Amino acid sequence: MSAFVDPARMAGHSGMEKGEVLLRVDNVSLAFGGVKAITNISFDIVKGEVRAIIGPNGAGKTSMLNVINGFYHPQEGTITWRGKVRRKMKPYEAASNGIARTFQNVALFKGMTTLDNIMTGRGLKMKSNFIWQCLHWGPALKEEIEHRRKVEEIIDFLEIQAIRKTPVGRLPYGLQKRVELARALAMEPELLLLDEPMAGMNLEEKEDMSRFILDVNQQFGTTIALIEHDMGVVMDLSDRVVVLDYGRKIADGPPDEVQASQDVIDAYLGVPHEH
Amino acid sequence: MEFLIETILSGLMAGVMYSLVALGFVLIFKASGIFNFAQGVMCLFAALTFAGIMEKTGLPWPIAFVMTIGVMVFVAWAVERFVLRHLVNQEPIILFMVTIGLAYVLEGVGDILWGSDVKVLDIGLPSGASDYMLDNFNIYVEKLEVFAALIAAVLVGFLAIFFQKTRIGRALRAVADDHQAALSVGISLQTIWVIVWSVAGFVALVAGTLWGAKSGVQFSLSLIALKALPVLILGGFTSIPGAIVGGLIIGVGEKLAEIYVGPIVGGAIENWFAYMLALAFLLVRPQGLFGERIIERV
Ligand SMILES: Nc1ncnc2c1ncn2[C@@H]1O[C@H](COP(=O)(O)OP(=O)(O)OP(=O)(O)O)[C@@H](O)[C@H]1O
Ligand SMILES: [Mg+2]
Repeated sequence: MSAFVDPARMAGHSGMEKGEVLLRVDNVSLAFGGVKAITNISFDIVKGEVRAIIGPNGAGKTSMLNVINGFYHPQEGTITWRGKVRRKMKPYEAASNGIARTFQNVALFKGMTTLDNIMTGRGLKMKSNFIWQCLHWGPALKEEIEHRRKVEEIIDFLEIQAIRKTPVGRLPYGLQKRVELARALAMEPELLLLDEPMAGMNLEEKEDMSRFILDVNQQFGTTIALIEHDMGVVMDLSDRVVVLDYGRKIADGPPDEVQASQDVIDAYLGVPHEH
Repeated sequence: MEFLIETILSGLMAGVMYSLVALGFVLIFKASGIFNFAQGVMCLFAALTFAGIMEKTGLPWPIAFVMTIGVMVFVAWAVERFVLRHLVNQEPIILFMVTIGLAYVLEGVGDILWGSDVKVLDIGLPSGASDYMLDNFNIYVEKLEVFAALIAAVLVGFLAIFFQKTRIGRALRAVADDHQAALSVGISLQTIWVIVWSVAGFVALVAGTLWGAKSGVQFSLSLIALKALPVLILGGFTSIPGAIVGGLIIGVGEKLAEIYVGPIVGGAIENWFAYMLALAFLLVRPQGLFGERIIERV
């Protein structure tokens, strides 16, 4: 574990200090044809925090993550990443800029083993050229081994040694979610986007996952944006919460404050309201 | 007995060639979900370019070979840049139609550049019967066929390592499995497509060269793609081992059928046997020998 925990390096890729604004979205709107998924939303994520994004089903949470990592391009608004303003991200750009994610419906490479899945997360950091790779020799082999070591550290960290060589399609759901987290961690991201990492898990699995998320945040200094329905988990893990409802932001602040907000209570109780 | 072995051997050798062509299909299908109708024409185009460069410039074959690889990479790049990029997320049938168009374009360009006469591809590949096999086992096999089988085996081994062990190979498999997840770890679909089409182009070059060395480079060469279709049905569209085993089964099967069943039905069975086999197979196991089981959720 010790070799993996290298806060100076983990936190160092942008040279940003804890508490600085890492990512900001300003007045972002996104529509699919007539469906407005996101309407004029602004919020920020500061370096080092766990930022929860909550809201009822269809509120636009996943869409928001998709905007941040470049799957969706908003019609309006801007995204500021490490102080640089842009209209949209491209997935490749987001990934190489240190944004990693997991998916609401596990998106693993089903035919590949746990190990290979996690290795794909190292792809952007591997540089050896095509020829060496084809020969599987020289610098390419050295590089493989080096990155393999890193991956083994992540495997140890998430306690998934036993399933190292198992094709992930055969794993139970809870473990798949964990492998997905491992793949994202392999990218050594500065910002980690987690879309309902605990959905469909039993209590024990949830506790494990919560612990891993906190460890990632505290030991590696990774900033985390977390979508989660379980309020208990949100209260425990997050520093600040943004609440969405019907594509709009209805609250933003520390967990206890947000939980006490009348708008939020109404939204969750399904009290009708005018748009 | 010797005759049976001879038949099986020559079937295996022919089968290896089918495997090679089928492999090109599988690569592209896996990575982009496109059934590349142009694969056969790519074999022709590659062999034609190879022979044409040698004919026109008189360069030694290794240099011409490398230049041809360059041309095939260029083709891959152009396909991605001018075709695939504009058709992301289109229906498979549209992409399939596009590859039909591509087949005609490649055939036309090949014709314009290098002419339509039959070209001999003389790169000093071994020819004639293998004396060793003849003397020791009283079995007749063509040296060229043995050589072709060896080359194909090396190529397949090489591709297997490439796919299983390297970063790019992993990225290729990743894209084949899940586009979104692949994008999220920073894999660029465009780069992957260029690589896949390049590799398929290289496989086409090898297949086209071996085939061309045997019977000359001519337009009928693009028809070997038709033999790849039953191989794919047998082996599964997404399986590399399937393409190899499928090719071997078809190769051996059609030779055996020709000799043992042919006389009963009046011969020429080799032309349609593969399709019969594939058809029969479709009824029993539509996903192929190694293909993923197709489960339609309703
Ligand atoms: N690709 C898409 N095409 C069309 N509509 C979409 C698309 N993605 C999301 N939407 C719509 O946008 C709205 C917000 O969806 P989103 O998935 O972001 O909600 P969510 O907050 O993540 O909900 P859940 O808690 O159920 O995951 C929904 O009305 C959804 O139908
Ligand atoms: Mg969602």
